[in-house]
Amino acid sequence: MNAAEMRARVERLGGAVTSIVWRLGYAARFLAYLVLHSGTALRRFRLTVKEVYFAGVLSLIIILVSGLFVGMVLALQGYETLQRFGASESLGVLVALSLVRELGPVVAGLLFASRAGSAITAEIGLMKATEQLSAMEMMAVDPIARVVAPRFWGGFISMPLLAALFSAMGIFGGYLVGVQLIGVDAGAFWSQMQAAVDLRHDILNGVIKSVAFGAAVTWIAVFEGYDAVPTAEGVSRATTRTVVMSSLAILALDFVLTALMFTGGNGG
Amino acid sequence: MLVDIDLAIPQGAVVGIMGQSGCGKTTLLRMIMGALRPRSGSVKVLGRETAQLGRAALYDMRREMGMLFQFGALFTDLSVYENVAFPLRERGGLPEDLLHDLVLLKLEAVGLRGAAHLMPGELSGGMARRVALARSIALDPRLILYDEPFTGLDPISFGVISRLVRNLNDSLGATSIIVTHDVQEALGVVDYVYFMAAGRIIAQGAPDEIRSSREPFVNQFVNGKRDGPVPFHYAAPGYAADLELAESR
Repeated sequence: MNAAEMRARVERLGGAVTSIVWRLGYAARFLAYLVLHSGTALRRFRLTVKEVYFAGVLSLIIILVSGLFVGMVLALQGYETLQRFGASESLGVLVALSLVRELGPVVAGLLFASRAGSAITAEIGLMKATEQLSAMEMMAVDPIARVVAPRFWGGFISMPLLAALFSAMGIFGGYLVGVQLIGVDAGAFWSQMQAAVDLRHDILNGVIKSVAFGAAVTWIAVFEGYDAVPTAEGVSRATTRTVVMSSLAILALDFVLTALMFTGGNGG
Repeated sequence: MLVDIDLAIPQGAVVGIMGQSGCGKTTLLRMIMGALRPRSGSVKVLGRETAQLGRAALYDMRREMGMLFQFGALFTDLSVYENVAFPLRERGGLPEDLLHDLVLLKLEAVGLRGAAHLMPGELSGGMARRVALARSIALDPRLILYDEPFTGLDPISFGVISRLVRNLNDSLGATSIIVTHDVQEALGVVDYVYFMAAGRIIAQGAPDEIRSSREPFVNQFVNGKRDGPVPFHYAAPGYAADLELAESR
């Protein structure tokens, strides 16, 4: 490789890094503007409630069904391992901790990104492509305050609730398989779970995770929609980017939060 | 890029800004809206210098303006009634019964009071344009902007829209600016025309003057001639060379 080729490669790399940093900065400014202009979304809370319905209520089916199946599979797999050590009574603890600490927030977050995040991006992107956002601007209505902020807060509120429902449904699925199907003692299943799951250390940390994932997914979704190239292809690319970026953000955040919350020997 | 643009639009007139796609019409419209600021020169709209307006002042100015977008830009999740009510609701302070009467008044003006309950997806192109027109006049604007209002309309819808443009302008005592490349249709509606090409104004005058203009570009455009200053063929290398005929001989 000669010096000119090397230089061109370094320039391309530099250009790509600059572009990523620039876009991150733009997304951060967008979020700051959105939060500062959330007055309409909070004052006219009906707008936000409507978005809670679209992002949250309409995601219920996929969240509940997935939660049920994840819980059932956890119970099957967990029982298989626990019984080798004569600890099958601890099945309730395993199911509950796995769901509340990890699988609830993470899987619900991934499903939320695919179901609601993509819909939010597509809707805002299409509104941009069909000049609905420009029309709002011309009516002296700020589209970020009127369209984007309610969707952001709607998703932000929905996500922790969906994660909680996912975990509850998963625990119910674990109960169905572990107690009803396999025959683990119901008293042991529930009492060990009650004794081992800590409100602050496990449940609250799980809730914090789901809040962080909700904020990340909805931020990415509204930003990608608002920033989409206003064509069919542009909206399609933005929707794909939302799902990919949200999923990666959830997994990366999960690692960081888990490292902060559950390491250092402070486990309950 | 716009170059040496100098135009004044008198109050109460319906003025057309015409030219082919990419000639700078939409850029000019965006400057009038205050969405773009000139690098040099000034744009004065409704007595305000748009380049000096902050966001709040710009929004104040826009409350005195209405705009009809090319394909209506109706909010697809709201009914016809709610679309027209949107600017009134956002402005706030109107009791619901007064708002109801105002919405029906605007819809009656465009002949679609009976369609108030329909969703935008249930409307034809012409009806959607009329609903968008009702929405754009909801706040009784002093200036109405039209971005390609005749594109894709059937003859009946075109007749309806063009009469509405004229009647609404006159009844509201407003001023209207129509940006379009549908020359023949627009010449029947406007009082005065500015003709643009490559970011410049190349001709202006009353519709009859434009129709009889000898300016080659205007003449080609108005009469829909195949060849003229705008060639039929996009610049390309020799046809024979492209077909590799020269080598086979």
